[in-house]
Amino acid sequence: MKKSVFLGALTVAGFVAGSASAATLDDVQARGSLKCGSNSGLTGFAAPDANGHWEGFDVAVCRAVAAAVLGDPEAVEFVPTTPKTRFTALASGEVDILVRNTTWTLTRDVDLKFTFTGVNYYDGQGFIVPKALGVSSAKELDGATVCIQTGTTTELNLADFFRTNNISYEPVPIETNAEAQQQYLAGACDTYTTDASGLAATRASFENPADHAILPEIISKEPLGPLVRHGDDEWADIVRWTLNALVAAEEFGITSTNIEELASGTDNPEINRILGTEGTMGEMLGLEADWAMKAIAAGGNYGEIFEKNIGESTPIGLARGLNAQWKDGGLQYAPPFR
Amino acid sequence: MEDLSYVRTDMLPERDPPASEVGVIGWLRMNLFSGWFNSILTVIALAFIYLVLAAIIPWLWSPTWGAGSLSACREIIAELGKEHGGACYGVITERWQQLLFGFYPEELRWRPILTFIGLFVALAPVLFNETFPGKMLWFTGAFLFLAPWLMWGGPIWTPLLVAAGPALGFVAYRYLVSVIGNLASVIVAVLIPVLFWLFLVGPLSQAIDGVVPLGIEVVESRLFGGFMLSVWIGVVAIAISLVLGVILALGRQSDLLIVKYLSVGFIEFIRGVPLITLLFVASTLLNIFMPPGTNFDIILRVMIMATLFASAYIAEVIRGGLAALPRGQYEAADALGLDYWKAQRLIILPQALKISIPGIVSTFIGLFKDTTLVSIIGLLDPIGLTGSIRADANWNGIVWELYGFIALLFFISCFSMSRYSMWLEKKLRTDHR
Amino acid sequence: MTTATDPEGGTFRPSMLIYDSRYRSATIQIVALIGFLLLIGWLVSNTVQNLADLGKSVGFGFLTEPAGYDINQRLLDYDSRDSHARASLMGLLNTLLVAVLGCIMATIVGVIVGVLRLSNNWLVARIMTVYVEMFRNVPVLLWIVFSMAILIETLPAPSAFRGDEPSASMLLGDSVALTNRGVYVPEPLFGRMDEEGHPLTWRQGLGDIHLFGEAWFRFDVSLELVVFLSTLIAGILVSRLIGQRADRIQNSTGVRPKTFWLRAAVIVVPSVIVLWLMGFYLGKPALRGFNFDGGTHLRNSFIALWLALSLYTAAFIAEIVRGGILAISKGQTEAAAALGIRPRRIMSLVILPQAMRVIIPPLISQYLNLTKNSSLAIAVGYMDLTGTLMGITLNQTGRELEAVMMTMLIYLAISLAISGAMNVYNNRVKLKER
Repeated sequence: MKKSVFLGALTVAGFVAGSASAATLDDVQARGSLKCGSNSGLTGFAAPDANGHWEGFDVAVCRAVAAAVLGDPEAVEFVPTTPKTRFTALASGEVDILVRNTTWTLTRDVDLKFTFTGVNYYDGQGFIVPKALGVSSAKELDGATVCIQTGTTTELNLADFFRTNNISYEPVPIETNAEAQQQYLAGACDTYTTDASGLAATRASFENPADHAILPEIISKEPLGPLVRHGDDEWADIVRWTLNALVAAEEFGITSTNIEELASGTDNPEINRILGTEGTMGEMLGLEADWAMKAIAAGGNYGEIFEKNIGESTPIGLARGLNAQWKDGGLQYAPPFR
Repeated sequence: MEDLSYVRTDMLPERDPPASEVGVIGWLRMNLFSGWFNSILTVIALAFIYLVLAAIIPWLWSPTWGAGSLSACREIIAELGKEHGGACYGVITERWQQLLFGFYPEELRWRPILTFIGLFVALAPVLFNETFPGKMLWFTGAFLFLAPWLMWGGPIWTPLLVAAGPALGFVAYRYLVSVIGNLASVIVAVLIPVLFWLFLVGPLSQAIDGVVPLGIEVVESRLFGGFMLSVWIGVVAIAISLVLGVILALGRQSDLLIVKYLSVGFIEFIRGVPLITLLFVASTLLNIFMPPGTNFDIILRVMIMATLFASAYIAEVIRGGLAALPRGQYEAADALGLDYWKAQRLIILPQALKISIPGIVSTFIGLFKDTTLVSIIGLLDPIGLTGSIRADANWNGIVWELYGFIALLFFISCFSMSRYSMWLEKKLRTDHR
Repeated sequence: MTTATDPEGGTFRPSMLIYDSRYRSATIQIVALIGFLLLIGWLVSNTVQNLADLGKSVGFGFLTEPAGYDINQRLLDYDSRDSHARASLMGLLNTLLVAVLGCIMATIVGVIVGVLRLSNNWLVARIMTVYVEMFRNVPVLLWIVFSMAILIETLPAPSAFRGDEPSASMLLGDSVALTNRGVYVPEPLFGRMDEEGHPLTWRQGLGDIHLFGEAWFRFDVSLELVVFLSTLIAGILVSRLIGQRADRIQNSTGVRPKTFWLRAAVIVVPSVIVLWLMGFYLGKPALRGFNFDGGTHLRNSFIALWLALSLYTAAFIAEIVRGGILAISKGQTEAAAALGIRPRRIMSLVILPQAMRVIIPPLISQYLNLTKNSSLAIAVGYMDLTGTLMGITLNQTGRELEAVMMTMLIYLAISLAISGAMNVYNNRVKLKER
């Protein structure tokens, strides 16, 4: 009987985490940290470094939300999830927010009862092939062996694409990106398909990136964004507007370097409203007046986050493309702060 | 008449055996070339060993311990002019601490190390009961409360109060046994600690901590990872499952039909499904089964499922131990007039548990190896961490070095444990053959 | 112990439920049952409430929806428009396939290694010890990942077979191709065509029968296979009859007529004739487009899983076999040797049959372990039950409760079936003690 003390010790020692009540904001503030469901490892989007510090494009969104809500971008607990466990982790209240390059689809929104709070990366599914294969279009891939990462929407898109084009293929389902890369490089599959951002990141790490080409076809729309549970609109608003603040900050030229200066007041009323020197937007959200300022200061505006983690100066080298500001022909468009 | 028969009267001096029967040559002849079939086998085996070593050793011999990324490794190897490439050990240099401790805060890593050492000290009187004094069992008892506290931290009052639970139960038993009888007081003595733990320890601990704050920094279980996580899941699961296992084994041996079938049903169910499905239950369903609002973190949930899993196997091991006891022990206990629980506690279980130790150790080895499955539900055990490490742009594309390192760690620990269990088995085997 | 003091008859008092040994066991059992039912009820009510809070309902309607994903390695026909139920069935069959083949391979390797560990060749015995310790002490998940990586890295890609001077070539007269996408072996086919592609008029295949129409459990039966198998079985039966007749002659006259060739001919000749009539031929794989085409394609994921599982389990079986052999007393070997039996035959005629009784029970649990470990297929992307029902189906439909519970029940049924079947066998070979 003595040994059963373990269980007692565990339950009483306070490791029974807080409940998943309706007011997520209160929970987060009471806890003093934000629980963020993340990828357990995707180059550029989320990965721990040698010291266990998480970094990446998705991670930056979590840190911005934590900064907005708690004032501290480091007050985030990252809960690594797999494609299969991510939705239960969110639904059961184990995480407050899921930022795990998750595609916004109707069933996830309606049937799985989640609220997508925006899109932090517009992606699409593409193919990478070795140039030696001599293929210039995905429609020439009849009979090819295709590596896919399971547990995502990619396998459904792939099945649909080959079916509609009436060509055959051999799917090789693979659990992780790292293994898919290994198989592809060894020639165990002719092509590897996943989100184009992932392909670029994967290609960047090859010994000879120039030997591989990403095919022009993008066979699906993959709007990736943070999501929260249904039923807590206040919390969804906070996440949505934190993301909007990051995008708007880029639009209005607020960067992590000039933010202190701008926070002392500017002539542009919208910048003032974002930075909390004018209006009561923070109060409306149930946050401090300078919530957005802290969020932006955490890792910079949307453009800075992009450049730092996945932009052209990084090994991943993604162009802004669809993710440019709407003024530059992209889709990143923040509704007005008014 | 002269006797022509010849009888040798003196002994001939002993001659050396032929050179082909002694020394190296003799040994070779005896063990490697004792016939054409054996000779062929030997040649094939030698060729096989040569091929394997020729393939592996040049790869292993690779001075890349200082490299900071895979491309740096490739440069070093290219400079050496190696044809078939070589290992890139830089990743081990950079990440071995993470592989061992996960995200456990660096300045607090003495705590898991201390726990690990303490584990050996606590186990010593159990595993090597002839070499170490029985008094050390007191430390073993105390360690049960100290280990979780060391790992998770928090106020010192919590483990003390938790330890007070059984003490309270014992006092209640002593006091009540003359008032309400044996069975009722046993039930009360079991209920008191449980209720005490569930409802009083938390608030009491906080209250005392408010007055006399004494404790160590809390480390949340999401920071557990790497090899430490595997060991910790295994140790916790086996420790708790010993208790559950004894209850289940007794239940299975019981004459009470319903109790027996409940135990059998549980054991067979758990043993009939793969661990990975139980881990999926932990990751996706356990929160749904609990009352609305409770939320264990994932590592705790995995520990719960691993405990249930291990308890079914431990129950079978202990059942084997119970069955191996000579019938006379049961009859002698009955003859002494001991009731069921006294007989179990004083006669049966001590002996049955002792002969079950090898089985328990192999169950632990199995469970310890199976903890790698938690990587499939996204926990960062050593195998889970390989994914995260390979997501680092510096180490993208590295395979063998990480897996090899992990395999080596597992091999060393499992091999030594299995050697111990074999040694013990030999010691316990009292029949002479 | 209390029976002597129990009052005979008398009135019933509630305290007798605890103190009277006649009632106490009933009391304990009823309390246990009530406790168990309460626990179940508690879990169910929690679940119902939680699901209601999440706005989810429990139902199995999702099983009839189109699955939407493709499965590469499958035993029956399937495409992405088929239902989740059929996709799960493919997974189940894949699980059974790898489990059965794994058990066979593990037994063969395990017995060989177990015997060789006792070999008097020092080197061989040591190599086998190293093999056993290496596999037993490293997690099976690592072995699965390892063997996949080895297959991918060491075998040539199909492109290596292409060109004027290919760097790799097919084996066994261009009929087997080892590639890092898997192994292509010839496939048995019926209804051979002539050179212009017309079927030969009097040597035609019989085609398939489709059973169960469009249901999710539909399957095709190859008539050629049915005809061939029935011919073969008929041949074996006739051969047995000949053997029995030979026994009778031997019993009455003491001379056994030579029947070996006759018996072999009865089995082989009709089967060969039937095969020839149905136009049997081997479809060889050939390089076409990106891949090899034709033949049977054993995927890498399958081979890696199969090898890793069987080699891992074989290490345990080897120990069981060794223990079983060592458990047979030395006197048996000596007695057999005294009868003049040769060493290799002593093993197969005297030692192994006796050792089987010691070996079988732990062997059963190894088979169970292998079957359960096959659920790790997910690590190499082999689409077994965990990859389909508890994998993609769960993930696409979000039905965790239903999918996980169904998977557990199916595995439980498989396990119970295996242990049931093996127990029957075990009882038959058990030494009948009188």
